[in-house]
Amino acid sequence: MSLEKPYTNIPGTTIFDMDQARAGYHLNQFCMSLMKDANRKRFLADQRVYLDEWPMTEDQKLAVLAADLNRCIALGGNIYFLAKLGATHGKSFQQMAGSMTGRTEIEYRDMMIAGGRSADGNRVVGESGDAQANRQPQGHGTGKLLD
Amino acid sequence: MAKITASVYTSHVPAIGAAMDLKKDHEPYWQPLFKGYEKSKEWMKANKPDVIVLVFNDHATAFDLSMIPTFAIGCADSYTPADEGWGPRPVPRVQGHAALSAHIAQSVIQQDFDLTIVNHMDVDHGLTVPLSLMCGEQHPETGAWPCPVIPFAVNVVQYPVPSGQRCLNLGKAIRRAIESYESPDGKELNVQIWGTGGMSHQLQGPRAGLINLDFDKAFIERMVKDPEGLAKMPHVDYIREAGSEGIELVMWLIARGAMSDLRDAAHGEATAGKAPKEIHRFHHVPASNTSVGHLILENS
Repeated sequence: MSLEKPYTNIPGTTIFDMDQARAGYHLNQFCMSLMKDANRKRFLADQRVYLDEWPMTEDQKLAVLAADLNRCIALGGNIYFLAKLGATHGKSFQQMAGSMTGRTEIEYRDMMIAGGRSADGNRVVGESGDAQANRQPQGHGTGKLLD
Repeated sequence: MAKITASVYTSHVPAIGAAMDLKKDHEPYWQPLFKGYEKSKEWMKANKPDVIVLVFNDHATAFDLSMIPTFAIGCADSYTPADEGWGPRPVPRVQGHAALSAHIAQSVIQQDFDLTIVNHMDVDHGLTVPLSLMCGEQHPETGAWPCPVIPFAVNVVQYPVPSGQRCLNLGKAIRRAIESYESPDGKELNVQIWGTGGMSHQLQGPRAGLINLDFDKAFIERMVKDPEGLAKMPHVDYIREAGSEGIELVMWLIARGAMSDLRDAAHGEATAGKAPKEIHRFHHVPASNTSVGHLILENS
């Protein structure tokens, strides 16, 4: 029986379902390890060495090293787990979310203060909103959490 | 005896806790938000419950991917505020009510909801931010929350999360459990149930930052007047309209289901209670990435 996934036609959105969770298990558990201060220090001292202790795919490790959260999510990461990576880099949820839009921190913050991103045009793939694939990146950001 | 007297609904944005902890709550960015909770804090003081059942979700804090309970009830004597990666929030420990927890667990499982029983759990911003908003700032050592709290954690991180209908029905089961409690001293316990999370927000991907105030306002209106209809809304509508993290809103339906106007004939509860009395309603955009919504309902 094929599974019902009615959420795959929402633009700019990856739902952390069972398939994503299976692909991202070790990536997310690596992120959980950063809840401990000693691990945060060891990770920051040599990220590659720390990552090699985890049975993650090479693509997942490269996405973490690049601090590319969109890529991490595509490879099974979940934002609440990736938040531990963000916190380790001293970043807030707003900085993390903003990095995935291709906006700078200021550009993203201004969008939120102005009332946030409208759902109009962003409900279904193929509409004309700013979250649609053909409108990326949305600003002057690097798309990465770290410059 | 124990009775649910009121339900409280609020977002639980972590940045709100950080703003309070770092004394930024008087900054222009935050002031409109905290102003919206002034009335709530006064109401809390005037209507102090004996116990709060606090429905929230853990954000990859107590539960990692090794175990993901759909519904988990805290049965401990107390709970430590968690270090979520930025250090623990400087707030008091949360005292539990183990006797009422145990009673609810036994009763609700016997009503066919398979709760996970948790005897040790650190609690994250999902639980402590609503307490801070409703009770104000409390010193971590010399202060205290006004009453014991029963943490009730719902999985809304790993899809699929429980349906709105299941959440509403669970609320009804929790109400029946609470009403059948007999306290050792024979006094009637005044219990509040809180539903937290939401409102519209998305924290991931190019669609991050989505806010849908029309959806949020309509959701609160239906929460008050049409909870049975609202419970039928499918998951995909929450995601499409209110963002991938907006799905936290299903937790509000647990608290709403516990109000006495939703008594259920199938359980021999022939007389429905009166519609609840609305005490307070508040919206604010934004708190960090999120649309904040808040509602207080009292049983008539």
